[in-house]
Amino acid sequence: MSTLAGWGRLPEPGTELLDEDLERLTEGAVLSRGLGRSYGDSSLPAHAGDKVANTRLANRILSFDPTTGVMRAEAGLSLVNLVRLMLPRGWFPPVVPGTKYVTLGGMVASDVHGKNHHREGCFGAHVRAMRIRLADNSTIECSPTEHADLFYGTIGGMGLLGHILEVEFALHRIPSQWIVMERERVHDIDAYLTSLTHAAGRWPMTMGWIDCVHRGASMGRGVLMAGRWATAEEAGAAAPKARADKALPIELPNWALNPITVGIFNSIYYWSHTPKVATRVMGPEPFFFPLDYVLDWNKVYGSRGFTQYQCVVPRAAGAPAVREFMDRLTKLGAASPLCVIKDCGPEGKGVLSFPMEGTSIAVDIPVMADIQRIVDGLNEFLISTGGRIYLTKDRFTRPEHFRAMESRLPAFAGLRERWDPQRRLRSAQSRRLFGDKA
Amino acid sequence: MNVVVFGGTAGIGRAIAQQLAERGDRVCLLGRAEASLAKSVGDLTARHPSQQAASSAVCDLEKPETFAPALDAAAQALGGFEAVIVTAAMFATQDALEADVELTRRLTTANYANTVTFCEHARTRLLASGGGWLTVLSSVAGDRGRKPVAIYGSSKAGLSTYLEALDHKFREKGLWVLCVKPGFVKTGMTAGLKPPPFAGEADQVARDVLRAMDRRKPLIYTPGIWALVMLVIRNLPRAVMRKIGF
Repeated sequence: MSTLAGWGRLPEPGTELLDEDLERLTEGAVLSRGLGRSYGDSSLPAHAGDKVANTRLANRILSFDPTTGVMRAEAGLSLVNLVRLMLPRGWFPPVVPGTKYVTLGGMVASDVHGKNHHREGCFGAHVRAMRIRLADNSTIECSPTEHADLFYGTIGGMGLLGHILEVEFALHRIPSQWIVMERERVHDIDAYLTSLTHAAGRWPMTMGWIDCVHRGASMGRGVLMAGRWATAEEAGAAAPKARADKALPIELPNWALNPITVGIFNSIYYWSHTPKVATRVMGPEPFFFPLDYVLDWNKVYGSRGFTQYQCVVPRAAGAPAVREFMDRLTKLGAASPLCVIKDCGPEGKGVLSFPMEGTSIAVDIPVMADIQRIVDGLNEFLISTGGRIYLTKDRFTRPEHFRAMESRLPAFAGLRERWDPQRRLRSAQSRRLFGDKA
Repeated sequence: MNVVVFGGTAGIGRAIAQQLAERGDRVCLLGRAEASLAKSVGDLTARHPSQQAASSAVCDLEKPETFAPALDAAAQALGGFEAVIVTAAMFATQDALEADVELTRRLTTANYANTVTFCEHARTRLLASGGGWLTVLSSVAGDRGRKPVAIYGSSKAGLSTYLEALDHKFREKGLWVLCVKPGFVKTGMTAGLKPPPFAGEADQVARDVLRAMDRRKPLIYTPGIWALVMLVIRNLPRAVMRKIGF
């Protein structure tokens, strides 16, 4: 039987259709997907026979205004091509996620955030208009002034209100093609959070890596990174070299990443940074998309697959809650070389959009026998802080936990009632979390 | 370079037109649907920093009377052209063709008779202006009589033979004829079919096509692995071909 899988490589039965003609492709489809970078089941069908539209061939730029930076494009246009075409011309998307292998449609459906969330909000904040195919197969234009409820419901709405056909958004003018990055090694979680807050005031872009295996006094030690676009003088005349991303030739065995190997890896990475603050000028690709260097790095977790647990702990809960979260994470034995912490700015207008003012924590967890127990444990604590998870990464959250952390759910259900009363549009994730029928 | 791309709104043709526009070539698209032509013209225009406008003209592979006017319109829009790339074609599965004789007539007419007719219009115009490139997408399906592509493959076999002869006859006069034989490529044309091993992407095929044109090659298989696959297939004995389903 053919299957589809997200980035975490846990499959569901189903097939997808490809077509350059998005109008034809989405007719009768119940779910759109792009490059399959959502980790869990948000781009997988609720039922094996569901028509799933893969939009990645619908990649045309429909218009670009070089005076304002406003672009309108088909939903399947990838960020990799957008950056490749526009960076040399002095334009960059206002918000980019940690990978460039995503489509515009996916960036809207997930309302992706980036290192500049504390300044620029999510990608959806920069969208001006969209054309959408609704569940009844009609198409409709929406914007903050036209069908605004549909517009804001679609931003971060995981494709459940309609298929995104076209997106109009504004690119940002950049002073150069280079990034100035400052890097600082931080010895524990409290120092880390203090530095993060401090950096967020001074830098438009911040993020950091944390050693989530290390315990004891220096739990949560890590490396904090902050950046901004370099000025023309700092950058010099040369353009950054386009990087050739490499494929991973083999799938690593399931045992390759375990608490011991991850601990060794993390220590080497931590100690490879000097304690003093280092500043350098670098290309935007290794800064924004460091993991893309290995095209299919998801194979390092082996055939068992993995999930990413990403949540935001609200500012109101404070640093002690983040420390407690890290403590639980290390105790639950969720060993992973990847743990990213950053600041989120205020909540955006997307009805189900993930970020809220607070601290975002993202950690990869291999699918182990007790994965459900680990996710449940983290969710139970998260609910007590008033935080929430990121649907784009999720595969294991229980519906009752989701309801407990998501006070905006009734508002979203109301939008579905209005725009798709029969709940034709659905995914494996909406089946799991919203109780949609298979 | 000024290039006419027939079928450049979708599939491999779209990828070729995009790459041409990105490297600064001027493109005129020929295609059937005006709405899609307009979107693709916007796309090609936006893909180069100069934002020099691409152009288009309506041309339908099933209506040979549209060929000469479309090529003339392209010549006018571009101020002459040095290359014509033909990616337009019809595709249907063997099952669909066997169930519908009319579809078989339409497909074989479009893919062979009409494509050759279009190429003749293009050839005379290219030769009249001193030569250039005539690049046409045929298929690996034409290399051998095979069960799953009996009818589609035969239309491409005829086309490949014509293109080979064109190369023999007109290369000396400065006409670079390139016959492209793609293997399975994941586009809207093959949507719904199960991709075999070595299935390619349109972007990769487009890169191979443009490189082959730059090198003035007469024939390429793309993705490259298909040259090897088809070498084997061409040399399999009939007894084996009768047994296997490939």
